[in-house]
Amino acid sequence: MAAGIERAGAAPERGRTVADAPGPRLQGRAWLRGVRPWGGLLPFLAFAFLFMIVPASSIVVGSFQSASGSFTLANFAHLLTPSILGSYLITIKVSAATAFIGGLLGFLIAYAISVGGLPKSLKYFMSTFSGVASNFAGVPLAFAFIATLGRVGLVTVLLRTLFGVELYDSGFNLYSFWGLTLTYTYFQIPLMILIIEPSLEGMKKEWREASESLGASSFQYWLKVGVPVLLPSLLAALILLFGNAFGAYATAYALTGGLINIVPILIGAQIRGNVLHDANLGYALAFGMVIVMTISILAYTWLQRLSSRWVK
Amino acid sequence: MKRRTRLSWLWFSIGIVYFFLPLAATFLFSLHGKKGVLSFAAYRNVFVDPDFLKTFGFSLEMAVLTVLVGLALIVPTAIWIQLKVPKAKPLFDVFTLLPFAIPPIILAFGLIRSYSRPPLALVSSPVLLVAGYVIISFPYIYRSVDSGLRAMDLRGLCEAAQSLGAGWGSLLFRVVLPNLRTALLSATFLTLAIVIGELTLAVLLAWPAFGPYMALMGRNRAYEPAALAILSFALTWGSIGLIQALTRTDRDKGPGVGAGAH
Repeated sequence: MAAGIERAGAAPERGRTVADAPGPRLQGRAWLRGVRPWGGLLPFLAFAFLFMIVPASSIVVGSFQSASGSFTLANFAHLLTPSILGSYLITIKVSAATAFIGGLLGFLIAYAISVGGLPKSLKYFMSTFSGVASNFAGVPLAFAFIATLGRVGLVTVLLRTLFGVELYDSGFNLYSFWGLTLTYTYFQIPLMILIIEPSLEGMKKEWREASESLGASSFQYWLKVGVPVLLPSLLAALILLFGNAFGAYATAYALTGGLINIVPILIGAQIRGNVLHDANLGYALAFGMVIVMTISILAYTWLQRLSSRWVK
Repeated sequence: MKRRTRLSWLWFSIGIVYFFLPLAATFLFSLHGKKGVLSFAAYRNVFVDPDFLKTFGFSLEMAVLTVLVGLALIVPTAIWIQLKVPKAKPLFDVFTLLPFAIPPIILAFGLIRSYSRPPLALVSSPVLLVAGYVIISFPYIYRSVDSGLRAMDLRGLCEAAQSLGAGWGSLLFRVVLPNLRTALLSATFLTLAIVIGELTLAVLLAWPAFGPYMALMGRNRAYEPAALAILSFALTWGSIGLIQALTRTDRDKGPGVGAGAH
């Protein structure tokens, strides 16, 4: 494949030099001249190959190998055991819930600061803050939520002393599904704001004016114009949020101490050798994750292409 | 019209509450280090802990190496592509954005599997950690550098410099890099902010870095973790606020800031 690209890159060079320098020998050198610039990419490509492509493909290869190294499909059969299917299910549930809640709130906030008629200064403030908050993840984020909604967290205690509400008696637990969902949503909302705000800005004022002058209500405008135009960008953003939560390890690790059964935590446990399973099951788990991520990225790219028709 | 603005205020307020309630609660919580009074005792405990400085220093060192290697790989390649092989741009785009699709947990797993035995037994060398961090920071560095390059007339500048007799060295260091200053600074701060608190690679490759240190504190202490969270937030805020300020003055579109190492 690399050779194909190199030759394609060389073609115009050859065309240009053939005219003023005939003869097979010179033509050969011109070809070389076309290829040589690609050599400048070698350090980067070599690094990316060694530390990104090789590791990623080793996961794929490993999931088709048995402990002794021979080809097998048994690892995928192991994926179908109830406990592993269960952990995929809860990971998908957490990712979908945070993508949906974060996506909805993020969209509404992005709407408010872009076309919602709020002062410009609030827009700058919110987009700067989103840049910070979307990177405020991992261990510190988990700590912030423990300090807020943990068993002795400030809000938990406040609810108890002010309103007599026992949060943890009502079934809430920061270290399980809803706790994880609330915590992830903290970085999902700002990410959604950053992704979708440009699309909202790109919607033409004329569309709204035209539909209003034809007697459409605000609701009708969104139903018939706004949402259809934004739909590909919205779906693409939701997929990105989904993938973002699906691969998250650090936040869940710090929040639950590795006790919740989501897929990244299981993979981590396999790597650290905390669980008495075979390593190849770990590869299969990771491979399942690679598949989910690949599908997400493909869908994302496709939707992005669709949305670029309307919103630039 | 009026209703739309009222609703906008509502959504905005919900956002503010969601963003700032946990921060405010964490800050108040962190002040409870000494029983009965509000104090900065938890912060003092953090700073006097020798492990804090040791792990933070280690992570800072790794982060600086990551920035140097990452910039050395991306900047010359991006310039080279724009000048010599524009055809390679799509390939370069894919390679630099691919790390977004590979969660750190998968990257860590793959790195351990690939480099734990000869010929390249790197698993106990910091080389592997830095290499992983460089991969993770590819998208951030690339997006800053790319927007920086797009904002200037690279070809025109190079032709002008070469017609005045500049070689490749002075072209790079005296013409192109000074023009990329803002982009390089954004890339640097963003990478520092992400790498210093990184947990996944550090924990799985078993390094005494700042991320694992924080996680350990979370298990053993009550108020110090809250103090650490506030300090980390201040660090992230400082880095990214600085980037935003820098890029705003350049009237640039700003670097891609989003999606850290979760």
